Amino acid sequence: MRNIALVTGREYQSRVRKKSFVVMTLLGPFLLAAFYGGIFWLAISDTQSSEPKNIHVVDESGIFHEGIEGSTNIRYSVNPQGGDSSAFDGTLLIPAAFSIDKPEGARFLSNSSLNIVEQQTMENHLEVAIKEQKLIRSGLRKETLDSLETDVNISAAIISEGEIKEDNSAVNAGAGFVGAFFIYIFIFLYGVQVMKGVAEEKSNRIVEVIISSVKPFDLMMGKIIGIALVGLTQVFIWIGLSAVLIALITPLIASMGMNPEETTAMVQGASGGVTPGLGMMGALFQLDFPTLIFGFLFYFITGYLLYSAMFAAIASAVDSETDTQQFMFPITIPLIFSIIVAQSVVLKDPHGELATLFSMIPFTAPIVMMVRLPFGVENWELVLSMIFMIFGFIAITWLASRIYRVGILMYGKKPTYKELVKWMLYKG
Amino acid sequence: MLSVKSVSKHYSGKTALDQVSLEAEPGKILGLLGPNGAGKTSLIRIITMITAPDSGEVYFENQKMRQELIAGIGYLPEERGLYRKMTIQDQAMYFGRLKGLSKSDCQAAINYWFDKLEMGDWKKKKLEELSKGMQQKVQFVLTILHKPRLIILDEPFTGFDPLNAEIIKEEILGLRDQGACILLSTHRMESVEELCDSITLINKGKVIIEGEVNEVRNRYKKSEFELVYTGSLNTTLPGVLERKDSRLKNGATQSLLLMQKDAAINELIQEVMKQAHLLEFREKLPSIKDIFIERIGAQI
Repeated sequence: MRNIALVTGREYQSRVRKKSFVVMTLLGPFLLAAFYGGIFWLAISDTQSSEPKNIHVVDESGIFHEGIEGSTNIRYSVNPQGGDSSAFDGTLLIPAAFSIDKPEGARFLSNSSLNIVEQQTMENHLEVAIKEQKLIRSGLRKETLDSLETDVNISAAIISEGEIKEDNSAVNAGAGFVGAFFIYIFIFLYGVQVMKGVAEEKSNRIVEVIISSVKPFDLMMGKIIGIALVGLTQVFIWIGLSAVLIALITPLIASMGMNPEETTAMVQGASGGVTPGLGMMGALFQLDFPTLIFGFLFYFITGYLLYSAMFAAIASAVDSETDTQQFMFPITIPLIFSIIVAQSVVLKDPHGELATLFSMIPFTAPIVMMVRLPFGVENWELVLSMIFMIFGFIAITWLASRIYRVGILMYGKKPTYKELVKWMLYKG
Repeated sequence: MLSVKSVSKHYSGKTALDQVSLEAEPGKILGLLGPNGAGKTSLIRIITMITAPDSGEVYFENQKMRQELIAGIGYLPEERGLYRKMTIQDQAMYFGRLKGLSKSDCQAAINYWFDKLEMGDWKKKKLEELSKGMQQKVQFVLTILHKPRLIILDEPFTGFDPLNAEIIKEEILGLRDQGACILLSTHRMESVEELCDSITLINKGKVIIEGEVNEVRNRYKKSEFELVYTGSLNTTLPGVLERKDSRLKNGATQSLLLMQKDAAINELIQEVMKQAHLLEFREKLPSIKDIFIERIGAQI
């Protein structure tokens, strides 16, 4: 244990002291903040630019003499005779031949071209107005018509352990994916670091010196843990700095043109499909954070450990980093596969058989289970998956260390898969 | 001190070591000799527990070798390597602590050795800033930092200029005098005779010769004698099978004589003294190099 700690310490310190680490760690949140700020700025500048358009309607047909109901963005002012349209943003020309049965020939004239959304909106407005006219023609009164207007919102809910909770699929999927994506990136980014580290020690021939003091397993574990701590350090610093930056930047941007309520309203509006009144923030608070955070940390760490042990084994088996490609492929397949499964199978049916199966297999569980978690997973399923994960991790690390201890001292030709299996069976 | 008992090791059908045994004593240097691929590195890796033998046992200080005893060994492998981007101080601390030294003991040992070998200025430098020879010197120091009781040196002189090789040689002798048991694996035969108390020669995984250096040389002597004289000698001398003369710079003649196994040396000397002025006469023992070449050559 002492030696694992020493190796871990060296791996950690030598990496944390690197300039590239410091630069990336400090720069990361700024990039994130710039990204976040950029989106906000775009959103705000968009809403600011969309001032309502006033449309002058020259209605020669007389169909719309009662006016056309507009929206916040487009307002209509109907004038059968025409007249001065210079004060308007554009003129909508309804010819005399235009009828509710044959609504053809309407033209829009303006100085600047219409964007596709605006054109669509105007078409909708006219369609609604014509539909109303048709209904009135068929004998319905305006009041009856108005009373037909209904607005329905379905608020989905799930019953879990006797409690009724709001179902917020979009937020759940989002939360799961953010976690899964972090795990995915982390495994790749730092798994490759493990691989590079092992390859460096092997090609620099340091390994024989160390291996006469430290057991190969200790060396491998020390390296894997050390690099994991580097990653965690980076992630925690990022989260901390990002939080500070976002806290500083949000009010700044808000003060540029929007009040915070509007910002929140916008965010709510953007989330779509969320129960009205509750909003995205509300949905976020409904998430089972303790389980999510625990699950995230668990799958984050065990997933990384499982994969990086395999990365270490690969690097130990070959002489140089360039030779790793051949063996990288079969390792990355389950990782990429689980992202695909998460996107297709899990989102369609988070509690289906396939989703459940893949959240039990240690190679795919870190990502698939992470995506499933916010949708509510039965406790026994979670526990079983975690047990499999722990056993999977121990088994894979053990096998990897068998390859590693032989591989790091083998120079010369690239081994075949058959030889790798043979190495696992070597005595001692 | 170190006792290797009938160790065998096979790699996928190939025999790396076949019933190899050896004994090394404290305060003595044992030369582990053999051509490339003889199994020296395999044997060293088994002693240092890097790999396990298929059969046979290794005892260190009368205990069966196990992981906890490894800290008593200092191993300088033939393939050297340290972290290129790490400072010498950090590497020394890392390797010393891996061998079980406490931080303060390790620092004291670092200071002692770096001062002794005049390497104090290097401590803050990164390895890649040092020359190849300097790096070798650092690696040697790292091997002995923790006062190992068994020191295994695989080709310790490669990469050193003659001056530094001499310094390292002195340090090895110093460590021996302090009671360390030293296992020296090398191809440099002259250093074997200068340094080693005894040798074990292995070839194709088997021990072919073992014993004290002088005893081995005596064992393989071939009744060769060296004679230096002035004047002239008859072509036939009693008991001489072969004779090779060569003229020395000072005008004297040096003769290499191959004698009959049971020749009477006294008679020969008397005969030479009658005919010429005898300056030197000595028995010529084969060098370890001669024995090495002859024995390994005979096996190929």
